[in-house]
Amino acid sequence: MAGKVKWVTDIEKSVLINNFEKRGWIQVAENEDWNFYWMSVQTIRNVFSVETGYRLSDDQIVNHFPNHYELTRKDLMVKNIKRYRKELEKEGSPLAEKDENGKYIYLDFVPVTFMLPADYNLFVEEFRKNPSSTWIMKPCGKAQGKGIFLINKLSQIKKWSRDSKTSSFVSQSSKEAYVISLYINNPLLIGGKKFDLRLYVLVSTYRPLRCYMYKLGFCRFCTVKYTPSTSELDNMFVHLTNVAIQKHGDDYNHIHGGKWTVSNLRLYLESTRGKEVTNKLFDEIHWIIVQSLKAVAVNASPSLTSSTANDRILKYNLINDTLNIAVPNGEIPDCKWNKSPPKEVLGNYEVLYDEEMAQSDGTDRDLRGRPGQSTGVKGSRARDSGKPVLTTWK
Amino acid sequence: MLDPDRGLSLTIARVVQRLQGSSLHSQLERQARVSLHKPEIKLESLKEDIKDFLKTSGWEKKLQNAVYSELNVFPSPCHPAAPPEHIKEPLAYMRKAQGSWEKRILKSLNSMCTELNIPLAQKRPANEQKELLNKWNEMGTDEPDLSLFRPVYAPKDFLEVLMNLRNPNYENGEQPSFRNHLGLIQVPLKVKDIPELKEGFSELGLNIGQLGIDDSAQVPPEFFENEHVRVGQKVLAEQDSAAAQQYVRQGCPTALRADLWALILNISNQPEDILYYEQLKSNVIQHNLLVDSLIYKDVKLTASNDDYYFVFEDYLYQVLLCFSRDTSVLEHFAYSSATPPKSYIQGKLGMEEYAVYYPPNGVIPFHGFSMYVAPLCFLYHEPSKLYQIFREMYVRFFFRLHSISSHPSGIVSLCLLFETLLQTHLPQLFYHLREIGAQPLRISFKWMVRAFSGYLATDQLLLLWDRILGYNSLEILAVLAAAVFAFRAVNLMEVTSLAAAEAVLADLSTLKVMPLLQIFLFATVT
Repeated sequence: MAGKVKWVTDIEKSVLINNFEKRGWIQVAENEDWNFYWMSVQTIRNVFSVETGYRLSDDQIVNHFPNHYELTRKDLMVKNIKRYRKELEKEGSPLAEKDENGKYIYLDFVPVTFMLPADYNLFVEEFRKNPSSTWIMKPCGKAQGKGIFLINKLSQIKKWSRDSKTSSFVSQSSKEAYVISLYINNPLLIGGKKFDLRLYVLVSTYRPLRCYMYKLGFCRFCTVKYTPSTSELDNMFVHLTNVAIQKHGDDYNHIHGGKWTVSNLRLYLESTRGKEVTNKLFDEIHWIIVQSLKAVAVNASPSLTSSTANDRILKYNLINDTLNIAVPNGEIPDCKWNKSPPKEVLGNYEVLYDEEMAQSDGTDRDLRGRPGQSTGVKGSRARDSGKPVLTTWK
Repeated sequence: MLDPDRGLSLTIARVVQRLQGSSLHSQLERQARVSLHKPEIKLESLKEDIKDFLKTSGWEKKLQNAVYSELNVFPSPCHPAAPPEHIKEPLAYMRKAQGSWEKRILKSLNSMCTELNIPLAQKRPANEQKELLNKWNEMGTDEPDLSLFRPVYAPKDFLEVLMNLRNPNYENGEQPSFRNHLGLIQVPLKVKDIPELKEGFSELGLNIGQLGIDDSAQVPPEFFENEHVRVGQKVLAEQDSAAAQQYVRQGCPTALRADLWALILNISNQPEDILYYEQLKSNVIQHNLLVDSLIYKDVKLTASNDDYYFVFEDYLYQVLLCFSRDTSVLEHFAYSSATPPKSYIQGKLGMEEYAVYYPPNGVIPFHGFSMYVAPLCFLYHEPSKLYQIFREMYVRFFFRLHSISSHPSGIVSLCLLFETLLQTHLPQLFYHLREIGAQPLRISFKWMVRAFSGYLATDQLLLLWDRILGYNSLEILAVLAAAVFAFRAVNLMEVTSLAAAEAVLADLSTLKVMPLLQIFLFATVT
């Protein structure tokens, strides 16, 4: 119980540093003895790479799992989900059940997606079935909305065609790979605007899976009214909700940053659509998160740049709660302890899924609980019992 | 003194007169005629049979709701010989003050008009009409140059006027002292004290379940919430306005709120209502009004910057621009102390045949007006329904917050109620704030004028407005304002300037309204 936690970071952000300092932790350099290293993505790659990497010792924690990019790189994510589904099918798991059209009943949460250029021909086949559909192209390795565009004609993605004579053979280097997905052009609109959800999930252990969702997630709105019209396909302000892109739109507002808390969203949906539908929505969101985590491994780097004052406060508190869970009691980490933290330290996190508890609760509880079929669930207001009561599925 | 029977027959006569010629009336007639084909209607007992039919088919209920609505909105009749201005406002000095205030507003509007050389109203050229029609759903993206427009007035200008109100018949020779009123409002209106408020708001008592308190995460829903939701669903199934109004005093479940409010306000969104809204919309397309720019400016300054309401910016234009052109709103001036501004066609000054009301609905918006609409966007996403709900809320409640009258829900009474509650129950705090030049009303006035919209978190605001509807009164705004001061009393006692006091009370977004109200009314030692 001696010594203070020694920390290093290569990201100069006040929300991090203030949190370390307020705990009285000691800043050290990378080559010194450290307990906690908040790494940038590049550093993670180095630490865990085959050539330059090194083993962490028992009293060291970092902020990403080694294979975090399996979740954040879009092509890997898609591959993992597809593989996970096939595995479940092979095991005969009821989760992998399909309906009469061959669609997965419980695991259909990724739209039709292909890797380019690898699956180009498969994509063309699918495209021709619905020639009036719109598709969205996303570069595999980028974030914050960079490089994304929409297409509705094959000619627009000629250069990814493997047989194309006009393009030089596109190298398989991951930087140039794209995923292309069917664009969902009837998204839920609020105030006529499209939005997405930014939810924070902390995974503290992977086996058994223990993950937490931060209660104060938020919605990011497009500043311009949504229109599915083809003339607006090029207008990224209509279709993409990343703050990084919206920030440069004319209507971007620096006071609220085009964001709503998830609790506002809930209030709006309950008021206009009813409670059952809203509960079902949130159940399904939680379901997707847990299934995705199970399909793969972990985390990437959310933006720690704060765009508004409210945002800064949110991220500071988020990191604070994160550290409380990851490094309980501010003690020097010991990889041997694997206990669930007590509910008092959760702060604004709530237990999303705790595999250990789920299994000890009864292996006879079968997997029939599809989220949303329960009626008594109060959505994301956790009962503070420490049990995963967000949903009835386990 | 009016004898009760006379009063009742006057009321009945008035309600009958108002409902006659309404669409409900024609629908009832049609239903009665249709029922003649039914076998159960017999000639010998025609009247009774039709009445029974109307009862079982739910039409009697609709009539009841309409009558109930009329009773809620119109004040009880005073003496039959009283002139119409007494129904608007019985006290002469209040009427006079309201008249002067209106003159000032109009002068301000006219001078802006002259300065900027913009007409009050103008027909739009055809291409502009087309453009506006295309942009109807996204007027928020328009960036007209509004820099030269100023709001006609802000709440603090209005407060100055109220502070100077005096009853000329009332001579208070004494210097202001502890025995008198130490606040900013110096007119002798009767306001309730805490025992009377406790009685009036008895459903908020400590041993009665409330949404906003007894539905929190720590309380098992079996104790109150589940049963309350069940009762709410039953009330909606019965479509009974009066029952709904009683029910919402304990708060609305979020999923039922939109329907319950519509039931209380008697809004059913019939085809003719939708048509009426479309008509207003076409008025907006065809003519440009100066007040439109004031509305744009207000929305841009207030709702667009609000964490909760920025999403609904476009809906606010769609509601408020139509509202300005809605002449049915003129009806409410019969029971409001205000009078709509009149304008004359050019060259025909003073000739009544050439008089028009400006704006057509007689209501000139002020800074923050759009915040009356914004919270409703969380409940209604269909524009014509949103519009009707807002209009009804305005002509029942909100108009009282920006006109000078002696009505118990009028802003003057609310201010006096607030100050009296504070002075009576937190005298030390009141005195301290007064001493440092931080009269409490200077801080709480803006909350009350806006019915707390934009100051509370939306879910809390909706719980508060539940009670406004439930009790058909705005007095709860004054009680909440006092309760907020009581809650932050410890910090307020330590401040030494108005600015510091403002800072303590700057952020109400974390407050939980119902516990505050309950504690203030029922758990404070008097």
